[in-house]
Amino acid sequence: MEEELIVVENIEKRFPGVHALSDVSITLKKAEIRCLAGENGSGKSTLIKVISGIYKPESGSIRIEGEKFNSLQPIEAIRHGVQVIYQDLSLFPNLTVAENLALNSYLGNNKKIIKWKDVKKIASLALEKINVDIDLNKIVSTLTVADKQLVAISRALLNNAKIVIMDEPTTALTQKEVDSLFKIILNMKEMGISTLFVSHKLREVIEISEEITILRNGKKVAEGSIDQFDEPKIVYHMTGREVGAERYQYISQGGNNPALSIQNYSSSGNFENVSFDIHAGEILGITGLLGSGRTELALSLFGIHKHDSGKVLVEGKEVQIQSISDAVNNGIAYVPEDRLSEGLFLKQSIARNTYVSILDRLQNKLGFVDFEKANSTVDNWIENLSIATPSKEIPVSSLSGGNQQRVVLARWLATNAKILILNGPTVGVDIGSKEEIHNKLRDLAKGGLAVIIISDDIPEIVNNCNCILVMHKGHLVERLEGAETHENEIVAILKKLK
Amino acid sequence: MKISESGSMLKRFRHEFIILAIIVVLSIIIGSINSQFYSIGNIYSLLKSTVIMGLFALGSFLVLVSGDIDISFTAIGVFCMYVTSKLVLLVMPGAGIVLIMLVAGLIGVLLGFINAVFISLLKMPGLIVTLGTGSMIRGFLLTFIGVRIINKLPDSMIAFSKITFLNRVQENGHIIGLSIGFVVFIALAILIYLALKYTVIGRAVYALGGDRVATARVGFNITKVQFFIYGTVGFLSGLAGITHSSFMRNGNPFDLVGTELSVIAAVVLGGTSITGGKGTVFGAVLGVFLLVLINNSLIMVGIPSYWQRAVIGIIILLSTGSVALQERRSQGV
Amino acid sequence: MKNWFKNIDSNLIRLLVITMIVFIIMAALVPSKFLTMRNIESMSFQFPELGLLSIAIMITMLTGGIDLSVVGIANLSGIFMALIFTKVIPEGTSGFPMFLYIIMGIIVGVSTGAFAGYLNGLLIAKVGITPILATLGTMQLFTGMAVVITKGFAISGFPEAFLIIGNSKILFVSFPLFIFILTTAGISILLSKTSLGINLYLIGTNEKAAVFSGIKKSQVLIKSYMLSGILGGITGVIMIARTNSAKADYGSSYVLQAILVSVLGGVNPAGGFGKVIGVVIAVLALQFLSSGFSMLRFSNFAKEFIWGAFLLFIMVLNFVQNRKAAKNIVKKEDSK
Repeated sequence: MEEELIVVENIEKRFPGVHALSDVSITLKKAEIRCLAGENGSGKSTLIKVISGIYKPESGSIRIEGEKFNSLQPIEAIRHGVQVIYQDLSLFPNLTVAENLALNSYLGNNKKIIKWKDVKKIASLALEKINVDIDLNKIVSTLTVADKQLVAISRALLNNAKIVIMDEPTTALTQKEVDSLFKIILNMKEMGISTLFVSHKLREVIEISEEITILRNGKKVAEGSIDQFDEPKIVYHMTGREVGAERYQYISQGGNNPALSIQNYSSSGNFENVSFDIHAGEILGITGLLGSGRTELALSLFGIHKHDSGKVLVEGKEVQIQSISDAVNNGIAYVPEDRLSEGLFLKQSIARNTYVSILDRLQNKLGFVDFEKANSTVDNWIENLSIATPSKEIPVSSLSGGNQQRVVLARWLATNAKILILNGPTVGVDIGSKEEIHNKLRDLAKGGLAVIIISDDIPEIVNNCNCILVMHKGHLVERLEGAETHENEIVAILKKLK
Repeated sequence: MKISESGSMLKRFRHEFIILAIIVVLSIIIGSINSQFYSIGNIYSLLKSTVIMGLFALGSFLVLVSGDIDISFTAIGVFCMYVTSKLVLLVMPGAGIVLIMLVAGLIGVLLGFINAVFISLLKMPGLIVTLGTGSMIRGFLLTFIGVRIINKLPDSMIAFSKITFLNRVQENGHIIGLSIGFVVFIALAILIYLALKYTVIGRAVYALGGDRVATARVGFNITKVQFFIYGTVGFLSGLAGITHSSFMRNGNPFDLVGTELSVIAAVVLGGTSITGGKGTVFGAVLGVFLLVLINNSLIMVGIPSYWQRAVIGIIILLSTGSVALQERRSQGV
Repeated sequence: MKNWFKNIDSNLIRLLVITMIVFIIMAALVPSKFLTMRNIESMSFQFPELGLLSIAIMITMLTGGIDLSVVGIANLSGIFMALIFTKVIPEGTSGFPMFLYIIMGIIVGVSTGAFAGYLNGLLIAKVGITPILATLGTMQLFTGMAVVITKGFAISGFPEAFLIIGNSKILFVSFPLFIFILTTAGISILLSKTSLGINLYLIGTNEKAAVFSGIKKSQVLIKSYMLSGILGGITGVIMIARTNSAKADYGSSYVLQAILVSVLGGVNPAGGFGKVIGVVIAVLALQFLSSGFSMLRFSNFAKEFIWGAFLLFIMVLNFVQNRKAAKNIVKKEDSK
C-alpha cells in the first residue's frame, strides 16, 4: 500500500536470559503520529533498535518503503529516512551545535570533506525548519536539556527524515517545553513526516497521538486509533491488570516536633528563604519548572551542596548539615533522580547495593564487617519491599527498573532514616511498579517516616502527597493541600509561571 | 525561541593560551638568568629537540582525543627504524630519504593496524592492548631481528640530519641552521589539524571521544575510524623512528622505548583531556614545546641535570593540579 | 567490555589452568633444571617483588585509578633505608643495637611508602588530578628525588642481618615469599571483609553513586593510595635486601609488568572488579614463563615478547569464551 512506510513482521529477538520480542508486527504509515506504549521490559526499546538497524532480529522481516532488508544496517535505515532520537539524545557533547546537526547528513550522503560554510548553512536550515534559534557555535554540553532535544530533533529532520522515532522525549521537559514539542510534531505531520512516540506518560500520549500500539512482555497486546483508548484501558493493556489511584490521607502521628523543619533556608544562586515543616506520617510533594531550585534544595539538605543561611531542625533540634555523613547521621536520606548513574552500582550485587550505606555501622573497631548482620538486613528489606529476585548476590543490573528503585529505597531504609527525600522516584518505572512504590511510600509514611517527593509527574504528586509545594526560581510560591487539589490546578499554576 | 550566547575564542582555548603564557614566562625567566638562552644556536637546538617527541605526540593526540590511550608507539617507532634501516642497507643502500621514510611509515601503519584489530575486536581499553602489542613488537625486534647498534646508516639518512635552513654563520665560522626535521614536524601537525577539522573521519575522532555510543548510532563505522587512528599513529611513529636515528647518526634498537609516558604527559599538558573529546593539535604541540623547554633548559639555569626528573615531576603536578583546581572551582564544588 | 568482566570466575579458572599448563610445559622442556628445588627456591625469591607491586597496582585499579609511581616509591624507600644503613649506623654495631637499627630502617622505608602514597591520595582526591597524570608526576618526582640524593650512583653495603630478608629462608620458605604471603593474605582479607575494601570496589564501580550513598570518597581514595605506597615501601625493603644495593631507577620496567600482571589476573582497569588470588596466579604464570625461558636460553627480550603475546592471548581467549557462553544461554532459552 502507498501509505505504508515501514512494515515489520513477525520479529523475534533474544538476548541471553531474555526473550525481548516475540512475534511482533507493526506497520508505520506515512504522516501519522503513533505512540508505542509499554512498561520497562515490554520490548519497546528493542523494537526501536530493530527498526533502526542497531539490533538484528533472529527472524522476521523488515520492509521500508516496499524494499525488503535481510540485515538492516543503521546507515541504511538512516538513508531510508528512519531517524531515532534516543532518550540520551546521542548528541556529541564536545562538539558544536552546527557540527552535531551536520555530521549526520555528511554521513548520510557519504561525503568525506567538510566545508564549514556548508555546515553552517545546513545547520541553520535545520533549525529554521522547526522555528528554533540556538547559537550554532555553542558546545552541546553547555545547552539545557530542552535545547539539546531541539538540536536532536533538528538533526533528525535534516536528512529527509520520513519518520522520527522519539524515545521518551518528555522525561526531562517542563510542561511548556512539552507543549512546544507537540507543536513541532504537528508541524512535522504537515510536512509529511511520521512520528513514533515512545512514552509511558499516558496523559501526553493521549493528547498528541493518533494511533497507539501497546507491547507487554515482548508481545503486541493492543493496537488501534487513540479514540478507542482511555487512560485506564491503556494501563490495563500495559500491565495486564487494573491499577487504581486513591488519594493519600495524612493521619497525624502525635509528637510535638515536626520531623524536619527548615526556616529561611537559602543558598545563593539556587534558592532563597525556603521554609516549611514536615511531620512524621506526611508526604510532601515539591514541584516546579526546570530551574526552580528543588533539586538544589534537596542536595543541600542532604549535605552535598552548601547553603548560606537558614536553620534546619530535625525533630526539634537544630542540626548542622555540611556533609553527607552529617545528613545520614541525622536520619536524612536522599534517593537521587538518575538512579542508574547516581544511585546504583550496576555490576555489583543486590546485597552490596543495599548495605553500602550502613557499612560503617556494621563494622567493628578493626574495620571488619559483620556480614551476618548485613546479609540478614538485606534479606529483611528484600522481603519488606517485595524485591523480585532469585538471589541477592546477582548484579543489580539484572533487575527491572522498578525493582532497582526498590533496592535504592531499601538501602536508605536500612539506615533508619527518619526523613526520606526522593527525587523523581518513579521516573522510568513501569506503571505496575509505580503503584507498588507509591503504596510502599505511603506505608513508610504511615509507619512514621516523613517523606518528601520531588517530581514533575503531576498525577503522582496529587495522588500521593497530603501537602504540595510549588517552587519557582528558588522561591516557594504556592502551598496546596493535597486532598483538595485537582491536577489541572497545578498544571494551570505551572503554566502561569514564566 | 531562545537566544544563547556564543563562546568566545579565549574561553574555548583557555588552556592553550595558558600554556603559551607559561612557555613565554619560563623563557623570559631562563633568558634573564642566562642570556645564552636567546642565542640562535640554542633556539635551533631546542626546536630540533621537539621533532621526535612532537611526531610521537601528534599520534598520541589522536588516540587521546578519541578517548583511549596507546603506549606502543615508541616500540613501533624503533621497530620501523631498525627494520627499515637494515632492509635498506641490504637491498638498496642508496635509497633516498623520502623512500626510506615512506617504507618506515608503511611498516608503522601495518603495526598500527594490528593495534586497531585488537582494540576494535576485543573492545578492550587501549592501555591494556597496547601494553601487550608494545611488548610483543619490541620483544620481537630484540629477539628475532637484532640487538646490534647499526653504526653505518644509509647515507641519505645521515644526509637528512644535516639538512638545515635559515642558516646563520657564527663567530667561529661554523654554520648553524634549523633542522629540516622541524619543518616536517610542523607540516605534519598542520596536516593532522586540517584532517581533523575538514574531513568527516577527522570529526569522527572527536565524536568517538565525546560519546562512543552516539558515534555508532549516528552511523559512523567505528572500526574504520579506529583503523584510521592507529594506522596514522603507526605512520607517524615510523617517521619518528627514522628521524631519531638519523639525528643520532646510529640505529640503536634499545632507544625510544621508555619515553611513552612523557609524550602522553606533554599532550595532556597542552590541554587534551585524558578522557577524550577535547584538545587541539596546537595545544599538543605547545605541550611538547613546554616539556622540551624544561628538559633542555635546566642546565642553562645552572640546575644540575640530575635534578631534571624531579623538576619535570613538579611541573607536571603543578600544571595538572592548577587545571584540576580550576575545574573544581567552576563546577562550584 | 561489559561481558569481559561478567564471567570473571570462569576466567580465573581458565588462568589457573593455563598457569599450570605453563608449569608442566616448562617442567617437560627442561626437567633437569626447572623441576629442581633450586629453581623453585630461586623463583620464590624473585617473584614476590613483582607480586607486591602488582597487588599495589591492583588496589589502585580497583578504584578506577592507577599508581604509576609505585616503583619510584619502592626505589625511594630503598634509598632512604640505604642511607640509614650506610650513613647512620655507627661502625662496629652488632647484636641487639644492630637489630634495632635494622628495624628503624625498615620502618623508615615503609613509612616513606605511606607518605608517598598519602601525597598521591591528596593530589588525586583533594586536588582532583586524574590518577594517571598525578602518579606520572609523582613518579618523576620520587625518582627525581632519588636521583638527586644518589646523583645516579648506587648505594650498597648493608648489614648482614638485613640481607637475610632478601636471601634466606624462614621455615622452608624464602623470606621474600613469606612476606609476600603475609601481605597478600592481609590485603585479601582487607578487600573482602572490611568496609574499606568494599568501599574501594564500589568507588571503582560508580564514583558518583558512591558519594551519594554516603561513602567518604576522599578518605577511601587516600587510604587506597597509601596502601599502594606501603606495598611499594615493602617491595623496596625486599629489593635492596636481595641485591644489597639501592638505585634510583631500578626496575623501571616493573611498572608496565605490574600492570600486565594485574590485568592478566582479572583486574578491570576501569575499576570495581578483581581478586587478589587472580593477581597471585598471574604473577606465578609470569614467573614460570620467565624462569623457564631463561633456562631455555631465551633472552630477556624474548620474554618481553612472550609476555605481550600471553596477555593478548588470554584476552582473546576470554573474549571468545565469554561470547560462546552468552550464545549458549540464548540457545538454552530457545529450547525451553
